Amino acid sequence: MTDNLPARRNLLSRIPFQVILEPRLEEPPRWYPWFITILAVVIALLIGAVILALAGGNPWATYAHIGRAAFGNLGVLSDTMVKAIPLMIVGLACSLAFRMRIWNIGAEGQFFMGAFGASAVVLTPMLPADAPSWLFIPCMLIAGMLCGAIWGFIPGFLKAKFNVNEIISTLMMNYIAISWNNYWIFAVWTEGGFQMSRVFPRNAWLPRLTDFAAEVPLFRGLTTHFGLVLALVAAVIVWLILYRSQWGYEIRLVGDNPRAAHYAGISIGRNIVYVMMLSGALAGMAGMSEISGVVHRLQGAISPGYGFTGIIVAWLAKLNPLAVIPVSILFGALILAGREIQPSGIPKMMNGIILVCLIASDFLLRYRISITRRMEEE
Amino acid sequence: MAQPDATHPPENVVQMRKIVKRFPGVLANDHVDFELRRGEIHALLGENGAGKSTLMNILAGLYRPDSGSILVEGRPVNFATPRDAIRAGIGMIHQHFMLVPSQTVTENILLGLEEPRFRLQLARYDQRVAELGERFGMKVDPRARVWQLSVGEQQRVEILKMLYRGAEILIMDEPTAVLAPTEVEELFSILRAMTREGKSIIFISHKLHEVMAISDRITVLRRGRVTASNLNTHEVTRAELARLMVGREVIFSLDKKPVTPGEVVLKVEDLWAENDKGLPALRGVNLTVRQGEIVGLAGVAGNGQRELAEVITGLRKATRGRVFVSGEDITNRPVRQGIRRGVSHIPEDRTHVGSAPNLSVTDNVIMKNYNQPPISRGWILNAVAANGYAERLKKEYDIIVPTLQTPVRMLSGGNLQRVILAREISSQPTLMIAMQPTRGLDVGAIEGVHRLLLAQRENGAAILLISEELEELIDLSDRVVVIYEGKIMGEVSDGNVEEIGMMMTGIPQDAIRAGEADHDR
Amino acid sequence: MDLLIVLQAGVATGTILLFATIGEIFAERSGVMNLGVEGMMLLGAMSAFSIAIRTGNPWLGLLVAMLAAGLISQIHAFIAITLQADQVVSGLSLNFLAVGLSLVLGEGLSKAGTITLIPSVTLPLLSQIPILGPVFFTNQKLIVYFGYLLIPLAWYYIYHTRPGLHLRAVGEFPAAADSLGVNVYRLRYFYVFVGGVLAGLAGATISLAISPGWFSELTTAGQGWIAIGLVIFAQWDPLRAAFGSYIFGALRRLVLDIQGPMMLFGFPNPFYYNPYWGFFLEMLPYAFTIIVLVIGSREAIRKRLGAPTALGIPYIRGERGL
Repeated sequence: MTDNLPARRNLLSRIPFQVILEPRLEEPPRWYPWFITILAVVIALLIGAVILALAGGNPWATYAHIGRAAFGNLGVLSDTMVKAIPLMIVGLACSLAFRMRIWNIGAEGQFFMGAFGASAVVLTPMLPADAPSWLFIPCMLIAGMLCGAIWGFIPGFLKAKFNVNEIISTLMMNYIAISWNNYWIFAVWTEGGFQMSRVFPRNAWLPRLTDFAAEVPLFRGLTTHFGLVLALVAAVIVWLILYRSQWGYEIRLVGDNPRAAHYAGISIGRNIVYVMMLSGALAGMAGMSEISGVVHRLQGAISPGYGFTGIIVAWLAKLNPLAVIPVSILFGALILAGREIQPSGIPKMMNGIILVCLIASDFLLRYRISITRRMEEE
Repeated sequence: MAQPDATHPPENVVQMRKIVKRFPGVLANDHVDFELRRGEIHALLGENGAGKSTLMNILAGLYRPDSGSILVEGRPVNFATPRDAIRAGIGMIHQHFMLVPSQTVTENILLGLEEPRFRLQLARYDQRVAELGERFGMKVDPRARVWQLSVGEQQRVEILKMLYRGAEILIMDEPTAVLAPTEVEELFSILRAMTREGKSIIFISHKLHEVMAISDRITVLRRGRVTASNLNTHEVTRAELARLMVGREVIFSLDKKPVTPGEVVLKVEDLWAENDKGLPALRGVNLTVRQGEIVGLAGVAGNGQRELAEVITGLRKATRGRVFVSGEDITNRPVRQGIRRGVSHIPEDRTHVGSAPNLSVTDNVIMKNYNQPPISRGWILNAVAANGYAERLKKEYDIIVPTLQTPVRMLSGGNLQRVILAREISSQPTLMIAMQPTRGLDVGAIEGVHRLLLAQRENGAAILLISEELEELIDLSDRVVVIYEGKIMGEVSDGNVEEIGMMMTGIPQDAIRAGEADHDR
Repeated sequence: MDLLIVLQAGVATGTILLFATIGEIFAERSGVMNLGVEGMMLLGAMSAFSIAIRTGNPWLGLLVAMLAAGLISQIHAFIAITLQADQVVSGLSLNFLAVGLSLVLGEGLSKAGTITLIPSVTLPLLSQIPILGPVFFTNQKLIVYFGYLLIPLAWYYIYHTRPGLHLRAVGEFPAAADSLGVNVYRLRYFYVFVGGVLAGLAGATISLAISPGWFSELTTAGQGWIAIGLVIFAQWDPLRAAFGSYIFGALRRLVLDIQGPMMLFGFPNPFYYNPYWGFFLEMLPYAFTIIVLVIGSREAIRKRLGAPTALGIPYIRGERGL
């Protein structure tokens, strides 16, 4: 009955402070969301440090090591960029889809299909081995993007037509893509029974900085490749699409309120299919750039989870295509340095902690928290 | 626990003293006093936003007051949750029913109770629910699922839910808003049956005639403050109450210029459509609206009004029949085709259908013409032109926002409605479907909306006005058409409220007039 | 290849999905979608295996697995329920976190020695029933029998008990439940916990019974995601979930077993002679999940039923309606 209420209240009122949450009635200043984001990352790093320390490691040495291993000199900085390039492109793919609240978790599979498509041009072969670079690279790019787009089209179509949950379907498509790739690597394009194809001819490689070492000696040994240009151009194009085009307006409207979009005469189904195709094509482009710029052959291990890290990149960048670029570089560093960190699951766990902190921090954008002294009379 | 003195029961079962409740940006209740006597029906009168529901949500334990005290049966209480209030015998029936649609009547009634302990054993409780209903003259099938029930039946389930919990004090928040006139009569007789058994009822309303008809005493709220308390109903007049409620003399007349209707713009022929549950919602609707004419669609909520608006605007598929706009058949055509033909639509649900809450004011006002010049050329969206357009509408329609980049979720209800109206009117529509355009607005904002609608009529637009406020319909419309269970019952152009009311309960106009002829004979 | 043995093994494999799916049904019925099932299962598998190795007691491993996954699910509960964040993103991040944590803590576990597994049991009378006996009641792990018990219990709990009534109400119309004094937040936390516990149990079932060992991410191999898909196929009903889980279990076994024999139904087994076709077989469970989703979604559209109405929507008191 009501009699026991005062007792409960007494217990609470022993705490001299109370936390009050109020929904924000005004937009916070522009810098505030980024401040919160950085705060979240810092807190995530601290949590990670605690876990590292508990696991018996030295967190500060680890972090310092990550910093040195990723940014210490021009050589490792270039390696960081190499890791960042696929993240940028996949991050763009995710940003675009997430902006419409289409949860494309299938970038990993689309990445593999992009790699497959690009490889098929070389290995089938669709072009003679001595075809010039200017023909090889565009063809590989188109083939990779096409394969990625097909992989995006299937879940997009199922979502539009039958309202099939795209989270599950894109994820299942990942597993299928990896098996598909394995079949070709093992059964068809295997080189001497090994689980990889032969190395691509040089004219199917994306140009790297080191290729220009003759002209610029500084570039010697730097493996940053032309994919960086592709990524930057793609970022600008995706930004223009989202904020300066009719289609981008439709994407943003569908993403914020599909019922309003329907009411405004926008076809939601068609947009889902288009966005999934472009998102898949971008992820496919990342696969192509990785194959043609770094690995130079088709094999099983071409991605340390770029497709999934891209999700975090997109979220950390607040789905802003231009912010994807710096965020990708940070995560590129984490992947690069992470290869040397033991146990090997740490980068993955750090990704998880960062994402958890980020999502939790969004609360601060919507609510104001004030801690006040409790009134005596209460 | 102290027993109340049986020989001298306290006169007041509820006393609320100096209740203050603040919401971010609003002072919803400003030192409000309220009292309720045993066995009375006490009306709490006030406009939308006057703080009536807030005050009663406090009494029902849903909100906690910032300061002030509440006495129930003479004892101070402090409700932390609705459950505490129910234990003290106070039950609230909300405007939006708090019923789980997929569950049965009995399941809804048992929800939150401590008995049954674990196994539900529904059959046994079905019996009890049926018995309780009979005691107060309410017939409801305990095994029916709530979504299968009519609105009136659902309301009865809500009342039963509270009676089953032994409620002595019932708070009813705008209970007649969703009912047809005959259902209102039934509700009133149920309420009277309850007061005869010693229950006390708080009746929240903004409708003067109902308050006059049912209540014993009246308390009036305006902008969070009490403007008059404990008036005896038979001692006050409607005009006095209106002044107390609004704060000035209410002008019940509008400046409506005569306009000669032109050509037929909207023509609906034998239209059939289904609702979200797949049940027929429209069953052969015929309707025309001409240039320079406002046609009002009257009817109790849920009789196919929303579906009709959605089929005309292309949001819902028709299963049979035709819709013509300016002679062109747009039945089951894409929404965009209607927009191109000049159909504008003020939807019932402003936040979930009419706007994109996280997008800016600019993005929200260009929703219907973002793909037309000058805002768009080819693929490109001209941000400068879009902002210029938004700036113009902001001035013309007095939209109060800090900047055009503000997300519209930050806007008040009235301002949001102005954004939507600005968007829908500035396109110079040939046909306008306005659904509940004034719901939830205060008096000033309502007048503004009415003026905008009349101005469109003078500009030669054809307007279909769908509203549950009969007075609004009769004031604004040239003709009023009544819909009941997806069928048109008839048409009134002389503002005959009685006839409209009868049609709203499903009596076709022919039958009414034939009946009158019988009487005359 | 003996079909009965494939089915028997299929039921055992399906038990993994059964636990995870029913767990997720509880969470989603309360209105919280938890996409972290895969990660929670992995954490369960890892902790069960690691505890069993250290103590030699698989039951203790089972218990710790359930607790660990249940606890980590509360991170999602806090973010989704209290902080009102998007449940999709929150669930995904829980997944990353749990997978990462399992990999970190499970480092080196695969090289560890032998352990005691959950024992197998043949039920005396029931195993004599033709077909059903050998498939369901002969030489099954003890934990598989738990699965049989869980199905009717979960069904009865959801539809015929008071807590089940509250569970459904909280997922369909939290404001109604709240107005009658049902604590929406507490119930949602609780059922997310239940979902976590069952996902942990599913993980432990893998590493201690069905395919013993720790193979990092390959231990679960996407079964957590399949479980989420099955919830949709099952229309949030435990009986249909059981049906789906066992079918999927059988399919997974079939994919493994069909490559073994040289002859299949009297014909040369094409999968034996073309071992690389195995990659296409591997795709089957995933492709089948998509097909099952299409079936479930079409049915939902046709019958106009579907997810709990409030699924994925944070409950904020004072904002009435949905």
